[in-house]
Amino acid sequence: MNTAPKFVYRTLIATTPEKLWAALTDPEFTEQYWGGTRLESEWTEGSRIVFRWKGKIVHDDKILKSEPPRLLSYTFKPLHMEELLAEPASRVTFEIVEFGGQSQRQGPVVQLTVTHEGFPTDSKIFPMISQGWPDILSSMKTLLETGHAIEFAKGSAE
Amino acid sequence: MNLDQFKPKTVYVTYIAATPEKVWQALTSGDITKQFFFGRRIEIELQPGGAFRFWQPDGKLDVEGKVVVCDPPRKLAVTWRVMWIEEMRKLPECLVTYQIDDLGKVVRLTMTEAHQIELDEKMLEGGRRGWPVILNNLKTLLETGSPLPAFDFMGEAKPSLDEMKEAARKFTEST
Repeated sequence: MNTAPKFVYRTLIATTPEKLWAALTDPEFTEQYWGGTRLESEWTEGSRIVFRWKGKIVHDDKILKSEPPRLLSYTFKPLHMEELLAEPASRVTFEIVEFGGQSQRQGPVVQLTVTHEGFPTDSKIFPMISQGWPDILSSMKTLLETGHAIEFAKGSAE
Repeated sequence: MNLDQFKPKTVYVTYIAATPEKVWQALTSGDITKQFFFGRRIEIELQPGGAFRFWQPDGKLDVEGKVVVCDPPRKLAVTWRVMWIEEMRKLPECLVTYQIDDLGKVVRLTMTEAHQIELDEKMLEGGRRGWPVILNNLKTLLETGSPLPAFDFMGEAKPSLDEMKEAARKFTEST
């Protein structure tokens, strides 16, 4: 039986929920780890969210939920590949939970859970995002923890 | 061993700014695993058929298995039986594979947990919560020199660990 695919990815980052929220919503930040993609939005429920890559709009989506710095959800529809245009928009949700450190000196650890769902059973986009999110989120973690994104992500759109 | 009988149930991919050799060394050296693997030390004989164990900080046996594939620094596969949770000990062992792909300045590490039986999803929850902690800790350790700050993972995961034990108990009783 074919069931609608759903992608879930958890990552843990030595940062604060506020800094992680900024990493997800500040175009200057996303540009560094998201293959040069700038995410632009007012980040309020119902507002538009645009992905811009090399000046071109590659996503034109809508914010579904925004509760900074804990919960963010938006529709997801790539516009830059013709063969994918027929597929309906899916949705991606980011949930941020802070774990208290066992010692104050060490600082907090934040768990980010990314859930991407709402795909048709024969989705062409699903295999692409399944590869893309670990790449993007690994680079974001490195950027938050070391100040430098992973180099491989630069120049490759998700 | 026929590896086809093991079906992948949990896969975790992370990219680490390190060499394949460093990642291999971290995964197979007890002094390093104790820094990122919930304090556990690995003891492993690096050849097919070799013995493999994880030991908890207090000396309790954690996991036990055998090496199935040993291709340094690219691929390591071991059979895996959870020993520290009594309810899990009688379950058929699973197969854990680390694949290390060299992408130049970064490696892609893929962990696959595969099972030879159909399991209740609840029994997979321990791994689905634990592997991201372990592998994110490994990434941070190799990229910054220190693991993530310690936090109370067992406290966070306790409800799902209890469900996992209960599901394992039911499974053992039914077979």
